[in-house]
Amino acid sequence: MNCPECDAILSIPDDSTEGEIISCYDCGADYEIAGRDGSEVKLKQAETIGEDWGE
Amino acid sequence: MTSLCIVFDRLRTEEKMLQREADIIGCQTTMLDAKTVKINTETSGDDLRLGDVVLERCISYFRGLHVTAAIESMQVPVINTFDVASACGDKMIMTLRLKRGGVSTPETNFAFSTEAATDTFDECGYPLVIKPVIGSWGRGVIPIRNRDTLDAILEVRTVTDGPFDRIYYLQEIIENRGGDVRDIRVITVGGEPIAAMYRRSAGGFRANVALGGDPEPCDITPEMAELASAASDAVGGGILGVDMMEDYRDGGTTGDSQLVVHEVNNTVEFKGLAKVAARNIPKAMVEFAKRYARK
Repeated sequence: MNCPECDAILSIPDDSTEGEIISCYDCGADYEIAGRDGSEVKLKQAETIGEDWGE
Repeated sequence: MTSLCIVFDRLRTEEKMLQREADIIGCQTTMLDAKTVKINTETSGDDLRLGDVVLERCISYFRGLHVTAAIESMQVPVINTFDVASACGDKMIMTLRLKRGGVSTPETNFAFSTEAATDTFDECGYPLVIKPVIGSWGRGVIPIRNRDTLDAILEVRTVTDGPFDRIYYLQEIIENRGGDVRDIRVITVGGEPIAAMYRRSAGGFRANVALGGDPEPCDITPEMAELASAASDAVGGGILGVDMMEDYRDGGTTGDSQLVVHEVNNTVEFKGLAKVAARNIPKAMVEFAKRYARK
């Protein structure tokens, strides 16, 4: 699967699940896995860090 | 069999570790992305498959807090509770709870306007540390050492003018030994300290691991254990990260220190500490949650 931002090939681990964040090694864009159906992976833009994020 | 639901909004290593341990322990585990939740006043815990107990693990404080309120209204126990989460999420409330609970904590001033904040510095002198009451990972934690810095900070807050920008949390600086910047993170589960680490600054004023602070193993001393348990009690218990500093008032390198608690964290991150801790941290958390499952 290619990065929607820069078209580089994304590395998506086989055991990754919904909600996990995938980063593009080339451009640094973050994507969240929105769904999986076998090898089919659906991505969406990950949320950016919010003011209230943290522990 | 206990049904455990882990509510998250970003699936981090910690949430996967909790899920794995819950499965090993024999829980029926479900993962719920808070970003996908749609509820109304009629929604029940069964509608959301919340099971018998919920571990709230959202990275967004306000999202987690409001989801917790909704789940508690469905009569499903949540760890941590709304009361604990709201107390720990606001540094001013947390500090007041610590003080009321008799826990050693740095002397802290509160002001509610730029004028009162300026007056505080006039009366207390420099330096003081300004901290946003909402926020984490050391963001916005700035030592103010002179009037120029104070004026700059106050001006920025006046321009941004968020509701929490009008709350000024101004804390004394705790002296470090020989200029060493480190603090101690103790994870407590049900008031019991289960693991600890030193966090050493990667350069600069703050030691947060999120800012590159270097974690080192730390043996829990009786003083640390007692203080961590007291801090947990003060905010209402649950699963917490208690941050403390060594206070060397004389600034020397050989003097004894006294520990002070400067923060209690609600949705504690532990992946780094889990690698070196003797105790199985996620297992302890899941076992604690099981004890709160509704019967």
